[in-house]
Amino acid sequence: MDLAFTPEELAFREEVRAFIAANLPSELSEKVRTGHHLEKEDLRSWHQTLAAKGWLAPNWPVEHGGIDWSPTQKYIFDEECAKAGAPPLSPFGLSMVAPVIFTFGSDEQKAYHLPKIYSGEHFWCQGYSEPGSGSDLASLRTKAERDGDDYIVNGHKVWTTHAHFADWIFCLVRTDPDAKQQEGISFLLIDMKSPGITVRPIITIDEGHSINEVFLDNVRVPRSNLIGEENKGWTYAKFLLGHERTGIANVADSKVRIEKLKEIARAELTDGSPLITDSAFSRKIADTEVDLTALEMTNLRTLADESEGRAPGPEASMLKIRGAELTQRIDELLVEAVGYYANPYELPEHGRNEPAVGPDYADGILAHHLYMRATTIYGGSNEIQKNIIAKMVLGL
Amino acid sequence: MDFSFSTEQTLLKDSVVRFVQDEYDFDARRKLVTSDDGFSRDNWAKFAELGWLSMPLPEDYGGLGGSPVETMILMEAFGAGLVAEPYMPTVILGAGLVEAAGSEAQKQEILPAVAGGEMMLAFGFAEPQSRFNLADITTTAEASNGGYVLNGKKSVVFGAPSADKIIVSARAGGGQRDADGVSLFMLDADAAGLARRDYRTVDGLRAADLTLDGVKAGPEAVLGDLGGALGVIENVTDRAIAALCAEAVGAMQVLHDTTNEYLKTRKQFGVPIGKFQVLQHRMVDMFIELEQSRSMTYMVTLKLDEGEAERKKAASGAKAQIGKAGKFVGAQSVQLHGGMGMTDELKVGHFYKRLMMIDTMFGNTDHHLKRFAALTQ
Ligand SMILES: Cc1cc2nc3c(=O)[nH]c(=O)nc-3n(C[C@H](O)[C@H](O)[C@H](O)COP(=O)(O)OP(=O)(O)OC[C@H]3O[C@@H](n4cnc5c(N)ncnc54)[C@H](O)[C@@H]3O)c2cc1C
Repeated sequence: MDLAFTPEELAFREEVRAFIAANLPSELSEKVRTGHHLEKEDLRSWHQTLAAKGWLAPNWPVEHGGIDWSPTQKYIFDEECAKAGAPPLSPFGLSMVAPVIFTFGSDEQKAYHLPKIYSGEHFWCQGYSEPGSGSDLASLRTKAERDGDDYIVNGHKVWTTHAHFADWIFCLVRTDPDAKQQEGISFLLIDMKSPGITVRPIITIDEGHSINEVFLDNVRVPRSNLIGEENKGWTYAKFLLGHERTGIANVADSKVRIEKLKEIARAELTDGSPLITDSAFSRKIADTEVDLTALEMTNLRTLADESEGRAPGPEASMLKIRGAELTQRIDELLVEAVGYYANPYELPEHGRNEPAVGPDYADGILAHHLYMRATTIYGGSNEIQKNIIAKMVLGL
Repeated sequence: MDFSFSTEQTLLKDSVVRFVQDEYDFDARRKLVTSDDGFSRDNWAKFAELGWLSMPLPEDYGGLGGSPVETMILMEAFGAGLVAEPYMPTVILGAGLVEAAGSEAQKQEILPAVAGGEMMLAFGFAEPQSRFNLADITTTAEASNGGYVLNGKKSVVFGAPSADKIIVSARAGGGQRDADGVSLFMLDADAAGLARRDYRTVDGLRAADLTLDGVKAGPEAVLGDLGGALGVIENVTDRAIAALCAEAVGAMQVLHDTTNEYLKTRKQFGVPIGKFQVLQHRMVDMFIELEQSRSMTYMVTLKLDEGEAERKKAASGAKAQIGKAGKFVGAQSVQLHGGMGMTDELKVGHFYKRLMMIDTMFGNTDHHLKRFAALTQ
């Protein structure tokens, strides 16, 4: 057992750091730091910077443009990106649908989609949830019926992140209404430009726009857009879940935000002394940081297992549970730290041209906090993740 | 001991609850808070007509002489509607300070005008460095030509954009956090040298940051004892805390009812989600927090006129409970609504935002636990 980085790893870290410093525009990192909902161009520019460097897709096979990084290298890379305020890459193409395509897709699908995902030409969104099917995803009702060489798709997806600018959507659809729930579902790739698709924005409680409703009204989809076999969609969806697990702890980002919290707590005063010297507040920071350190170690253990070929099992749900809780706890402390200046709510994102009302560091704190309430809801709510551990790990 | 309302109090409750139900539904409120004022002047006139603006004011000055219980009844109903009219800054804080500390002439000038709906007020007590310490004041008031010159900054002054007069705390002597030297000045909102930066707050209300740059105030602008106003400020903010607690209870009750109903109607896995025991227990915790908050609100409301130490302890205890309960009930209401809870279209998030801001207002839970500890050790 050894926690220290090797000289090679330290050199890699320097290389990553220098590359980011030279290539990440400060306007972009500023948007990330103040919790903006990022636009397509924001996401695309950083995506393409990394693609050009060959650092875009550590999770992909090398033959499709992936890189053979060790778990430690991935960890270092994520950490440096978060520290510098690099935008998170849009996961829907890169880390969700691409692994499904290179594992289960046809040769044509691989040849067409993977290069376009890699280059940033195509952005994707994930069409799983429906109004009646959230936690109980397998009850989904959007149906795809065969019509010659096509499917005709009808249904209603909701909460679809980035649907307003995505080029493609991967959907779970019902192809056999008579089969048992999980066995009648297929995995379909749909061009967002197809006639019959309507996207309606959903404004969230922070007044931002990232999520949408997607209505599919007699949308014609070539059968060649089916992934793998008909009615096996649930299997592919589960595979995908297994594939997107290691980033879910959000550790790198939480570490950055806890540093920001300390910075603010050093600047804010209470009874004339820095807030960070207030015993009640500093204890809350420490408590959170200890939990975060534990989560970081748990995450590293999972990464190490993965590199030895042991794919993370259902216990990885704990990364999502604790990661989301910590994200929210840190944000609550940030809101507390800025005191009355959490109140003003006119953000640059809403068209404010003047400087922030309060200190710069208070800008966007509350908006970020509000949007992060979703981390315990999306991607399997914390209640559902706990059900998974109780059942699959603990045998209860 | 008696926790029941009198006949008049029940009538008051019915009328304000009806107003909120009939004229302050969620859609109406959303329109109001995006208007220029952020509230309705017609509603304000109606509040005057119905006697709500005069409710807590003394009878000698056009008021109805209502007790803190009447204020609690009003504020709870306002909380249930997320009422955006500046009742707290004008009636509770502004008029409260004038009643507690004003001269006869000041009371005559201000209180009837407030009662009649012709005058709005605001109170600037916080500063960029002060956090929740009411005595931490760097705004200075220097004697000059028989009057005073004020310089400094006031942070996040609720109701200031619509106020006709703004009361500010300033230091006429003593060190930065000394009790001694704290003074109150009542300024015209358009006084020379008083600059306002108006803005909307996250809960849809309006506030302003003030810069005082050589603002001249005559001796008639001084409210209460020059240099000795901290006691009055604490008294009036403790009363405001009681009112705010009632508002929070009204807001929590709505979240409680809405979420409980959702658990019965939203189905997943073929059953109402309220069948899942983990959600039942969560809902029970929300219910308990709400009831505990209501109890603390009664307690502080009934102790406002007891001795200073009792009053302070009651206010801090209640505010600490309300702060933590409001954040818990708010966050869990969002959580139990799933994706729906995250939408701007649903009222749940708006109540959550108000409850978060209520935690900060007049000192958050940490601040009041500390104050409570200091008073009880
Ligand atoms: C910001 C955001 C972005 C999203 N992005 C996407 C996206 O890009 N693509 C996509 O397909 N979906 C997306 N989602 C949808 C998300 O995955 C769903 O919201 C989530 O699955 C919960 O479903 P629901 O909203 O229908 O809530 P429900 O399933 O109705 O849940 C309501 C509450 O009940 C609880 N609950 C439900 N079942 C149980 C149970 N068995 N035991 C205990 N508790 C239970 C839940 O935990 C929750 O608290 C997004 C959601 C949000 C908020």
